[in-house]
Amino acid sequence: MSEIRSRNVTIPIGPQHPALKEPTSFSVTLSGEKILQVGVRLGYNHRGIEKACESRSFIQSLYLIERVCGICSHSHSSCFVQAVEEIAGLQLPPRAMYLRTIVAELERLHSHLLWLGVAGHEIGFDTLLMYTWRDREIVMDLLAAITGNRVNYGMNTFGGVRRDISHEQKADILKAMDTLEERTKYYISVATEETTLIQRLSGVGVLSHDDAIRLGAVGPTARASNVKRDIRKDDPYAAYDQVPFDLITSDCCDVYGRTLVRVGELMESYKLIRHLLNNLPDGPLAVKAPRKIPTGEAVSRYEAPRGEDVHYVRANGSEKPDRVKVRAPTLANVQAVAHMLKDRYLADLPIVVAAIDPCFSCTDRLIDLTRDGDGRCDVITWGQLHDYSMRWYKGQGMDLAKLNNRFKCGESS
Amino acid sequence: MAGDLFYILVFPGFLFLAVFALIADYIDRKLHAKLQNRIGPPWYQPLADLIKLAAKEDLIPRQVDPWLFKLAPVFAVTAVVTAALYIPIWRHGTPMSFNGDVIVVLYLLTIPTLTFFLGGWYSRSVYSMIGAARSIMQLFAYEIPLFLSILAPALLADSWSLGGMTLFYAHHPWYALFNAVGLFTALISLLGKLERVPFDIPEAETEIVAGSFTEYSGRLLAMFRLALSIEMIVGAALIAAVFLPFGLNLGGPAAFGLYLVKVLGIVAVIALARTVFARLRIDQMINFCWQFVAPVAFLQVIIDLVAKGVIAR
Amino acid sequence: MKHPGRMVRQVLSSMLRKPATVRYPFVKVTMPKRFRGRLRFYAERCIGCRLCMRDCPTDAIQIRKIADKQFEADIDMAKCIYCAQCVDSCPKKALESTLDFELAQLDRDKLRQTFRGQPPASQKPPEDPQDKP
Repeated sequence: MSEIRSRNVTIPIGPQHPALKEPTSFSVTLSGEKILQVGVRLGYNHRGIEKACESRSFIQSLYLIERVCGICSHSHSSCFVQAVEEIAGLQLPPRAMYLRTIVAELERLHSHLLWLGVAGHEIGFDTLLMYTWRDREIVMDLLAAITGNRVNYGMNTFGGVRRDISHEQKADILKAMDTLEERTKYYISVATEETTLIQRLSGVGVLSHDDAIRLGAVGPTARASNVKRDIRKDDPYAAYDQVPFDLITSDCCDVYGRTLVRVGELMESYKLIRHLLNNLPDGPLAVKAPRKIPTGEAVSRYEAPRGEDVHYVRANGSEKPDRVKVRAPTLANVQAVAHMLKDRYLADLPIVVAAIDPCFSCTDRLIDLTRDGDGRCDVITWGQLHDYSMRWYKGQGMDLAKLNNRFKCGESS
Repeated sequence: MAGDLFYILVFPGFLFLAVFALIADYIDRKLHAKLQNRIGPPWYQPLADLIKLAAKEDLIPRQVDPWLFKLAPVFAVTAVVTAALYIPIWRHGTPMSFNGDVIVVLYLLTIPTLTFFLGGWYSRSVYSMIGAARSIMQLFAYEIPLFLSILAPALLADSWSLGGMTLFYAHHPWYALFNAVGLFTALISLLGKLERVPFDIPEAETEIVAGSFTEYSGRLLAMFRLALSIEMIVGAALIAAVFLPFGLNLGGPAAFGLYLVKVLGIVAVIALARTVFARLRIDQMINFCWQFVAPVAFLQVIIDLVAKGVIAR
Repeated sequence: MKHPGRMVRQVLSSMLRKPATVRYPFVKVTMPKRFRGRLRFYAERCIGCRLCMRDCPTDAIQIRKIADKQFEADIDMAKCIYCAQCVDSCPKKALESTLDFELAQLDRDKLRQTFRGQPPASQKPPEDPQDKP
């Protein structure tokens, strides 16, 4: 092994690197331009959101959970809200279901358009980035008009949604869908006809059908390997059981396939949104939700633009959740990246990583804390960690114990 | 003597080239932005970038040989400016012309790539080393097609000086059409030489940060950037002189204006190329150059040899 | 048909189009009606139930009683995450999101605002805002 090491170079891609939009670390062992080994290290963006939810009321946690991810904020908040609604036994009015689904599909649109641009940028095709992001602005403006913000929409509340879609907005959305559909058709023609693009995408990051299942890939990554897996079909939530749409798969098994699946899903989303808007039922926007959620637990699944998002919520009859667990889609897909990169070229690394549409700050649920000096890793309890942080901040000249009693130890447990 | 110094340092030497390079850089960036439906930078942006870099601290990594590290950018600028002295601008030939200067220009234009390699290799950073290795690999791919396509017109003109070539084509303007294929391959090779999309592999930002230039900063980086900009117009001027040798008979301002138009036209083509292509991988680039560009450039040589034989009869 | 340079026609036609870039801040942009920007507090409507304080995820609002049936609010825009839950929670519509989004400040204290009763005539609240469900 030492002999191999002496001839090969190990280069760090991350935590800070132009190819990565968020900090994570790949340590890549190269022989020339060939990749021999890839080590992935996550955890640079751990924010302790799950734990922070336990010390906040449900309605406060909702806005915190929404900020797990910037791009798929509606996905995370919907997933959380669904779990809580299941525990509380709330029955949503049909209009709320439809509105939630419309915002979810608009979010998928802007997320996939964003991905197309990022993919273009990773392979040095900046024109695609500029064009798709220009068109993405249409969706962002729609979302801002409907929900009140471009990201972190704040659309969901327990028992329904907070905003309605007016008649003028409906007309605006339908018009925007026509424009975007035409643009997407153009991007499909570019993706299937531009030689340099196909050369960089085709045969890159191969993940066979069996490997996709074995490594637990989700979302477009799995569907591009011809795995028919989509929560919207498998376990319909919101209004997905009432609308017709096709499951897009591809048997290319590579980055090219993932591109085709995503642009195909864009086309399906236009269809979906049109259908939802034209069949929007009348009725109230929300039912009244209790402040105290009864004791119980629930797992909720949601098809985020990046794949299956899973939330687990446990309530103990109080105003605050007892436990919240978030499994972001990237965590399921990141295992596949190391597999896809083996024996490929260094030049393929950015696009292969980008092809799962990673969102590392959503994924980071854990950090390794190594002890100063011996670098050992220990399991410590919440109380020990709390005491340690109090001591550490005191050393920095801050007394957090006085600052805010919300974070007092023991209250949340 | 004073005339020569003026020619080398001011016009059309270093000062003119630097200003023209900044203008060409601006046009390249503005056009790139326009093609992407953006606004693009204001006219003074390239100059502002240069001033900003020049005002910054030069950071030299502790492990590197400071002399080599500092000399590499200086050599790069010197080589491209020297190459420019042999390229005809408003008349056939320049005061420095001699028979064989086309070869000298081609070799002088190779030096910047070698300095990128040396500067990158001795930076002692993994990104720089990979970038440097890619620079050299790429050099082997585009250099032969470039030489073949530039030298083929020289074969037809039966002159190894740029002045002689332009004079020949001025007398026989239609013969320039024989070299249409060479213009195409020369442009592709120039993209490789300038490390532009689709051949910006040695400094692929998303893969190896900035390639050879990763460890460079401040004035040294500014010099490398300037060298690349000047190389762009010198390369474009070379192609213009060899493949579009029209209008030099007009003399004076008219010929000079035509020279600017020709060079900026080639810059526009380069800007268009980097807008519509994705970056290739190094193996794809080498395959493309050897399987397609080199044979086509060789075809150009054959065309010129046959044409010459026919004309001689 | 596969060929290189598929986008040539499109990019050349872009030359004639107006750039898509928004020239902010040279040209001001207005936010849609529902935008959740800087908060505004109407002290005369407040009944002091403190539901907004209870629901605020970031403790950005403090409601204080200054006299009988008179309240003032301290709103820290640096802490606020602009979810507008307080606007929804308030039973008397004493809080409102404005369209003001240009909130950047060098000094954190400038983002703290205290709202007292009797706002000047120009700040008279609109009667029942239409587009704020």
